[in-house]
Amino acid sequence: MSRSDFKRRGRQGRPAIWAGFDPILSFAVFALLVLGTLLVYAATRAWYASNGLDPQYYLKRHIFNILIGLALTFGTTAIDYRLLRAYTPILWGIGVLGLLIVLMPGLGNTVNGAKAWISLPGGFQIQPAELAKISIIIGISMILSERLNENREPSHKDVWQALVVAGIPIALILLQPDMGTVMIISASVVTIIAVSGAPSRWVAGLLIVAVIGGFTAVKVGVVSEYQIKRLQSFVDPTADPQSSGYQLRQSRITVGSGGLLGKGLFDGPQTNGRFVPEQQTDFIFTVAGEELGFLGSGFILLLYFVIFIRAFRIARRSQDPFGRMMCTGVIAWFAFQAFENIGMTMGLMPMTGVPLPFMSYGGSSMFANLIGIGLLQNVHARQRG
Amino acid sequence: MNQRSRLSLLVTQVFILSLMIALFGRVFYLQIGAGSKYRDAALSIQSRDIVDPATRGLIVDSSGVPLALNRVGLAVTVDRSVVDKQTDKGEAVLRRTAKLLKLKYVDVYRHTRLCGELTTKSQAGCWTGTRYQPIPITKDADPNIALQIVERADLFPGIDAAPVAVRNYPGIVGVNAAHLLGYVGPLTESDLAMNDGTKYFRSESIGKAGLEYQYDSYLRGTPGIRTVIVDRKETVTSESQNIASAPGDHLVTSLDVRLQASTESALADAVLRARSTGHRADGGAAVVMDVRTGRILALASYPTYDPNIWEKGLTVQQAKDLFSETTGVPALNRPLQGLYAPASTFKAVSLVAAANAGYDLNTTYSCPAQVSVGNRDFQNFESKSQGTITMKTAIAISCDTIWYKIAFDEWIRDGGLSPKKSAKDYFFSAARGFQIAERTGIDLPSESLGRLPDRNWRLDWYAANKNYFCNYEKRAAKKELTPFLIALAKENCVDGAKIRGGDAVNFAIGQGDTVITPLKLTQMYAAISNGGKIWQPTVARAVVKTDGTVVKKVIPKIIGKLPATASTLTFLKGALREVVVSGTGAGVFSGFPIAISGKTGTGEVFGLNSDGTKKDNTSWFASFGPSEKPRYAVVVMVSQGGFGASTSAVAVRKIYETLFGVTGSIVNPKAAIFPKGPPTSLPKISATTKVAKK
Repeated sequence: MSRSDFKRRGRQGRPAIWAGFDPILSFAVFALLVLGTLLVYAATRAWYASNGLDPQYYLKRHIFNILIGLALTFGTTAIDYRLLRAYTPILWGIGVLGLLIVLMPGLGNTVNGAKAWISLPGGFQIQPAELAKISIIIGISMILSERLNENREPSHKDVWQALVVAGIPIALILLQPDMGTVMIISASVVTIIAVSGAPSRWVAGLLIVAVIGGFTAVKVGVVSEYQIKRLQSFVDPTADPQSSGYQLRQSRITVGSGGLLGKGLFDGPQTNGRFVPEQQTDFIFTVAGEELGFLGSGFILLLYFVIFIRAFRIARRSQDPFGRMMCTGVIAWFAFQAFENIGMTMGLMPMTGVPLPFMSYGGSSMFANLIGIGLLQNVHARQRG
Repeated sequence: MNQRSRLSLLVTQVFILSLMIALFGRVFYLQIGAGSKYRDAALSIQSRDIVDPATRGLIVDSSGVPLALNRVGLAVTVDRSVVDKQTDKGEAVLRRTAKLLKLKYVDVYRHTRLCGELTTKSQAGCWTGTRYQPIPITKDADPNIALQIVERADLFPGIDAAPVAVRNYPGIVGVNAAHLLGYVGPLTESDLAMNDGTKYFRSESIGKAGLEYQYDSYLRGTPGIRTVIVDRKETVTSESQNIASAPGDHLVTSLDVRLQASTESALADAVLRARSTGHRADGGAAVVMDVRTGRILALASYPTYDPNIWEKGLTVQQAKDLFSETTGVPALNRPLQGLYAPASTFKAVSLVAAANAGYDLNTTYSCPAQVSVGNRDFQNFESKSQGTITMKTAIAISCDTIWYKIAFDEWIRDGGLSPKKSAKDYFFSAARGFQIAERTGIDLPSESLGRLPDRNWRLDWYAANKNYFCNYEKRAAKKELTPFLIALAKENCVDGAKIRGGDAVNFAIGQGDTVITPLKLTQMYAAISNGGKIWQPTVARAVVKTDGTVVKKVIPKIIGKLPATASTLTFLKGALREVVVSGTGAGVFSGFPIAISGKTGTGEVFGLNSDGTKKDNTSWFASFGPSEKPRYAVVVMVSQGGFGASTSAVAVRKIYETLFGVTGSIVNPKAAIFPKGPPTSLPKISATTKVAKK
């Protein structure tokens, strides 16, 4: 038991449930959750109030999601991550099953052109692709770490296996189609393979495949017209003023208009006028940009920075290759998703509907993110020395 | 951890952290680097300016009687953004609206088209504003009809009715003054593009002509602006600024409604009388000026039009008529835009030229039936010989041949066809001294520039026309190939660059290429009467705020001095008095109780009317009075109106009758327009000021 663990014991002498958590990582995540809650509220209160609805509708649901998510974090840390490996096939199976259900006629819900949601009673919906991210990361980390435990690098066969394990759910997500999630999972998979010590031509090859795949997907029409439109409007935001180009331009203007100090929380006219669609979910960063200004949005970027630094530290210090790979996979997932999301609101990246980790409104994403944090804390808690 | 995965982890770390740095850079660029640009963009997305037009200032006469005021009308407007989206582009709705308002569909159609949308020929009545504002098709709808439109929104999508301020020219005592006042209209793209520092709003009306145009910056006021913040559904969520409108300032003019009305009717009568005696009389002008200040007391143009037609919603026919030759181009403000040969009224200039050249004004000269100049004979008026007469009589009876002789002699003295370097050019320099070729500088827009055909002008003219005259038989139209015109062209080709004897003698009697505006002639005669001071004519006296504070006073300005000695002017005034006592004006002014001085003019006009008839003479009478202590200059001109005396002088007499309160041969000083001279103090301004009872 480490010194820090000892300090955090409760009066009864039992370790607190957050004993073993990385405090800095915890603080950064918690700060993002608080900021996200405020921004979700800022994004929705004026509009809901002006339409005669409960201005706290989203606020309440968001807090509820966070509470469930935090419970999942703690749940995830309860079992030693090394034991998790035993459940990996089950986890993976559940993920694939969810993705199959989504595609069943009559069961999946279409939002923004993608068949990505399963309706649950009580108006709740879950998005299996979010949870599939976790099963893919754990799954391939397990496969690729098998031989490393014997101090041997993954063989070609291992890599092939990992690709199949990742490829099946990716293909199912591609069918929805949800390009954003596919891109993020793929980036995460390539990162895990890279740090697994697998032959470097694998990494190079996969990167080439990703580029060519993305290109042909657009050309051949695997990507729906809706998505091509979104990608095209990234190239020329003025092409279609009423749709996705409009969204991109509005979102950039909204962020830019914040200036140094912002318009003040709850006082952003762009936000309150709801000129940016989806601003409590995919475009939450525009609210930060407008209302909190450069100081606020810069602080949010700093918090992500801190999370990644701390998470890399956990990965580096991991006792076993499985933990290291899993952590790296989770970091890559968060980092690429944050980059894609924030980049999109500022016109750096094409528009794909991915939420901003820890901040966007949305249960499935919040649960997955906090489970991801749980995995990191799990690895941290089991580190010694 | 093996070496490769350690390296990969490091690379991944560096890569991911650099992604974050990229985001950081982008945020910095958007919010700090380009922040102000995006703030402006955001503002234009969120905010809407609602312009509350300012109440336009009144235009009043010198005693405060309103010439232009505002009233509330009911406008029926068309929203093009709605109407254009209908399957038939709104035709059915516009037809229904036109029928209800008892308007012609073609008028409604054109009123709601931007000028650029129509072919050049069918632009009359087009909308000069923008597509994004409600376009009024009438501002004077019957309230019951407007109510029908508002209530049946399903039948009239895109049509609306709302009260608007309407500029109104009340026409008190029958005054018209359309040319003086001008009109207001919607702001055009070119007004916006002018960018002279004035901030305009798209929904504003601005002065388009006359005083409304000239003093627009004072009259218009500052519109109120309410800036509201809207959301995506254009619902107003808050108000960011609310600046109340500031009403425009009032304009006090030197006009008098009674005098103006009387001047207009005297002019109209003169035109109609000329027509009844077989003259074409296609237009006329009348100007009354205070010779001691240059202020304009009345200014009339014939034909005229109803100044309220613009706001009522000009019909296509009305718009055509305003500029049509067949209706006499009513839009033309003849006193300052019409150019005519001054004819014998110009002899005042010639007399000054002769005096300056050393001719004795107190001796006798012969007035033969004709004078030979080169190979051509120049006839006296009606080819009558008047024997040997004094210079005074020569002016009084308007002898031409005396001037042919003097002008020809002077031309020879200056070297004739091979002019001396030191040519004196007494006639040209006298005309220049009278500022023939300069604008009077009146405070009204679009004044025409007169023409002084001196040596320089002729050189320019020759350079421009040489090719035409030297290839006349190839270039001229068939019907212009008469032997006389061919010979003339040949002559022009050879020495058109020079002042010829014929040009010199024509110039002396105000014929040939000399043209001036009636206003210029008024300014000249005012200067003769007041001892040589050339005043810049003004219509405005002051700009006054609604609370009575004077914003601007228009101070009369002397812009020149006549090139004549005091004794020459005294002689000239005596000669002009003689015109009315025993000369060409005597008949018309017989029995008039106040001494008037003046000069008739009957200008020959070359060329043909559109129906092929020969152009009739321009009838002039230029005058001032009372002769001893001159106060007013009055000039009347009727184009194609025949003799100066019989047509124009009669109108001038009528104007003096009103000015001095004359009935027949009796003066009633109390009935005079200005018993103590034109007012010098500013009146109280109110929209309800009535004409003073006499």
